[in-house]
Amino acid sequence: MKSSRLVSTLRYVALVLLAGLFLMPFYVLLRNAFSTQLGITAPQWHWIPDSLNGDNIKELFNNRNVPIARSLANSATVSIIQTFGTVAISAMAGYGLARIENRLSRVILGMTVLTLMVPAAVTFIPSFVMVSSLGWISTLRGLIIPGLFSAFATFLFRQYFLGFPKELEEAAYIDGAGYWRTFWRVVMPNTYGICAAIGTIIFIGSWNAFLWPLLIGQDRSYRTIQVALSQFMTSQRIDMPQLFVGAAVAILPVVLVFIFLQRYLVQGVERSGID
Amino acid sequence: MSTVVTRLRGRQDRNVWFWVFVGPFFLGLLIFVYIPIVWSVYLSFFDARNTVTPTRFVGLGNYSYLLQDRAFLTSMGTFTVFAAFIVPVTFAGSLGLALLVNKAKVAKAFFRSAFFLPTACSYVIAAMIWRLSFFNGARFGLVNTLLRGLGFDNVNWLGGGNYWYWLVLVTLRLWLQVGFYMILFMAGLQRIPTDTYEAAAIDGARGWNVFRYITFPQLRSTSVAVLLLLLIAAFQAFDEFYNTLISVGGYPPFARPPLVYLYLISLGGGTQDLGLGSAGTIILTVLIAVIGLAQLKIVSLRSKEETS
Repeated sequence: MKSSRLVSTLRYVALVLLAGLFLMPFYVLLRNAFSTQLGITAPQWHWIPDSLNGDNIKELFNNRNVPIARSLANSATVSIIQTFGTVAISAMAGYGLARIENRLSRVILGMTVLTLMVPAAVTFIPSFVMVSSLGWISTLRGLIIPGLFSAFATFLFRQYFLGFPKELEEAAYIDGAGYWRTFWRVVMPNTYGICAAIGTIIFIGSWNAFLWPLLIGQDRSYRTIQVALSQFMTSQRIDMPQLFVGAAVAILPVVLVFIFLQRYLVQGVERSGID
Repeated sequence: MSTVVTRLRGRQDRNVWFWVFVGPFFLGLLIFVYIPIVWSVYLSFFDARNTVTPTRFVGLGNYSYLLQDRAFLTSMGTFTVFAAFIVPVTFAGSLGLALLVNKAKVAKAFFRSAFFLPTACSYVIAAMIWRLSFFNGARFGLVNTLLRGLGFDNVNWLGGGNYWYWLVLVTLRLWLQVGFYMILFMAGLQRIPTDTYEAAAIDGARGWNVFRYITFPQLRSTSVAVLLLLLIAAFQAFDEFYNTLISVGGYPPFARPPLVYLYLISLGGGTQDLGLGSAGTIILTVLIAVIGLAQLKIVSLRSKEETS
């Protein structure tokens, strides 16, 4: 008995230390966001920030070299449209593949699974070639549209709909509803959980995406917040307080989504393990 | 004529509705995945510098160039080193965290969130914190401050005169991704029936033996999925390498994993060689497919052995 209490005490000590370590980068981010350049670069490390008055954030939004408001707006537009668009497109496709008989559904399912195995990052050159020949470089279309077709989401929706109780839909068919009405009026309203799970994953991925926006947002006014921060970080003389206050602003939406939708996020991650 | 139309539409217009539902996704998949891949196979056989409609056919020239190109082979070596560190460390770390958090009775939700929260951070922001605050080569970097406290000298973490940049890159990715895999393991742990543990307890098994003979074998399918996901994720490393190492002068000659190398030769650097870049992505795609298939094969062989 004594030893088990010792073990459990040790376990909590380890958990608390590790949690502190894992949360420390967030603290350092905030410390830098509320410090002066001198406070950050002083030879001795300070834990307490020395510029808590919010001057940094004012300076950042007034900095003409870094169009931070524009980048935030771009990121918001891209990730909101991608989240809702992907969920709608993938839910419909998943439903069609699970419920409507067609000779080609096996082929399309096979192509979807194959896409899952070839990660998008490896196809970035061909996709870029496609998008540039469509003339979509430095446009919102180029940032948004190629990201609307997620094999991952479609596959998860299909698996989900295979296990969805058929009785509900059959009742709707008997009442004379077609596929379209049944799907939007009966199926989707009972699918909030999985939609929220997939939507949360898509939103976070889309907000944090870097390589694709880096390729497409070549013009300054089409940079997303991640690309803007990256360019800011590697520019000639970095203003660290402004840079970190920008990072703090950029991380806020995903942290909020994380806090409020964590349950769905966990659900989505569990499903993405695919077993 | 009309019979053809009715056949095409199918019973209750089934075919029409199939395409209404699946069509948008299928079209997108074709335009943004399959056609580009075919196009890039085509490009890979051409001298396609600064153009997507090349005319000079070079056959397998791009492939043979890459396979003899020291820089490309080095990039594969860089991936191998990176994977050799990050895959086992993340695997052990996420399994360890899952076991720790799973046993916690108080504040379980808090600990789970604390380890999972970094997943929401972008690589750009993590790279910022790592390179400018934690592993800053100057005196004010946190790790250097700690090292000085212990009597060591400042380390120039990212300068390239040493191999310390690996520590920066591996700890960064570990912090960012370990919570994701912890969630997968926690889900796996929940699926283990409790009576298995009860039976083991009656037989007198405890501690390490319970883990060795019950928990770990029961987590096999999760472990396989985690390993595969980790390997593919490591193969795609780009964001943190780019953001940790690039400077005003450009990307340094070391620590270039495959995607960074291909980005630099095809889109990000001066040469804009799309033919070479395409050949490179195809080599990578084939490699990933081979790894994936091999892993599937091994898993199915093992499960056959166990059932027989």
